[in-house]
Amino acid sequence: MPSLRQGGQAGLALALALALPLALAAGWEMAVDTGAASGRLLPPPSRIGATLWELAASGDLLVHVEATLIRVGLGFLFGAAAGILMGTAVAMLPLVRRICDPSLQALRAVPSLAWVPLFILWFGILETPKILLIAVGVFFPVYVGVSGAIASVDRKLVEVGRIYRLSRGAMARRILLPAILPATLVGLRTGLGLGFLFVVAAELMGASEGLGYLLVDGQQLGKPDQILAAIIAFALAGKLADTLFVVLTRPLTRWQDTVRESL
Amino acid sequence: MLTVDALSKTYADGTQALSGIGLSVAPGEIVALIGGSGCGKTTLLRLIAGLDRASDGTVTVDGETVREPHPRIGVVFQEPRLLPWLSVADNVGFGLAGLARSEYRARVGRALERVGLAEHGGRWPRELSGGQQQRVAIARAFVPQPRVLLLDEPFSALDAFTRRGLHAQLLDLWAESKPTILIVTHDVGEAVTLADRVVVMRPRPGRLDETVAIRLPRPRDPVSARYEEAVRRVMAALDRSLHPPVARRDPAAEVRAGWW
Repeated sequence: MPSLRQGGQAGLALALALALPLALAAGWEMAVDTGAASGRLLPPPSRIGATLWELAASGDLLVHVEATLIRVGLGFLFGAAAGILMGTAVAMLPLVRRICDPSLQALRAVPSLAWVPLFILWFGILETPKILLIAVGVFFPVYVGVSGAIASVDRKLVEVGRIYRLSRGAMARRILLPAILPATLVGLRTGLGLGFLFVVAAELMGASEGLGYLLVDGQQLGKPDQILAAIIAFALAGKLADTLFVVLTRPLTRWQDTVRESL
Repeated sequence: MLTVDALSKTYADGTQALSGIGLSVAPGEIVALIGGSGCGKTTLLRLIAGLDRASDGTVTVDGETVREPHPRIGVVFQEPRLLPWLSVADNVGFGLAGLARSEYRARVGRALERVGLAEHGGRWPRELSGGQQQRVAIARAFVPQPRVLLLDEPFSALDAFTRRGLHAQLLDLWAESKPTILIVTHDVGEAVTLADRVVVMRPRPGRLDETVAIRLPRPRDPVSARYEEAVRRVMAALDRSLHPPVARRDPAAEVRAGWW
């Protein structure tokens, strides 16, 4: 039974992948338990778990996760929309490309965190600069993905559309859109990942809620267990969002040779 | 009726690709264009298809001038050019517009059957072999029932076995609706197997040279003496186009002239 063997192999791979972190966690737990280490700066897994549980039980965790997800969601929405619009305009209109692309490429070279002080100066420390920063992070991979995808659409397939006298709209819908979809989705997925990267920076610049706030709060109050709990929550939220994205978009690229199985 | 009149193509850099091409193909006739690479065969086909603009001259189908892709002209390219995101069946039906779902399915199903791919309609193009993909492309071109079908070296990337099978299937499909076929090839055997007429092209600038008529009943037996004789005639025409006779001095003729 090949499927059973594949299942067994997948199980084995998972077990091997988990062995190292689990062994390290158990070792650290024992070290603190036996008094060999104090665990003051690096709390044992049990205490991190307890902190996470307390945060979840009090409802605080939900509030923070929600705040972070809303920021990432809005930033992703604005950044992705701008990226798709600009990417399309630059790829379709040579004049727009000559005017805009060099500047955008130059801006892309700026480490996006360098914008933080400027954004704070311009927009204060409320929601606007946070969402803007995330949107900037999301924008570039989407922009590069979309403009590159449109520029590299196979001219031979466009000719097939011409042979059947497709209108401009039909050409876009039946040939261009499906052709650029895979690269666009890759750009969006990268953008989503960067969104989670940038929300941390955004929330570090001053927030009263959000997982990033938990990080800062934990640092200022000397609670490493809270910091680690926030990091774990970040990892879970990011992974969940990515998995959701892949699962939702997979039917769109079923026809492709390369199976996007590695999540 | 496909008519090409004084067709020329000069590129922006001054290269003359085609010069004064004149050709008319009767309804239901199969004409093969043969010649070495770079002689403008593909350029000529693209002009007739309306994909490129001629510098001079006209193409007409049943009296209508062709400047852009025309509903009565179908094209099969050298590569299958299937749309990878559509199923095999939807690729075959790509050129059908405004049909009821049931009619669409029936016509696509019939075409798939004709090319022996009835069971593959639900698969993705990438799951088919090269020969199968080209069959899908041929079915796609036939489904809208074109009056003129242009084929640009459609079998050149396939092995000899696959190619022979595809020749038979192409002729089967042709026999049903008898469209005019213009096929570009560099394979003499292919030209003799398929065509009523073989037209030899000469390069730089591309122009039509000799025409060899193939008057053999179909299906044609490639090991018959008449087939081989036809191949030899095409070969000879090709040779003459490669080594055009120069005005040679003929000593005997001079002697005769002097004697007079």
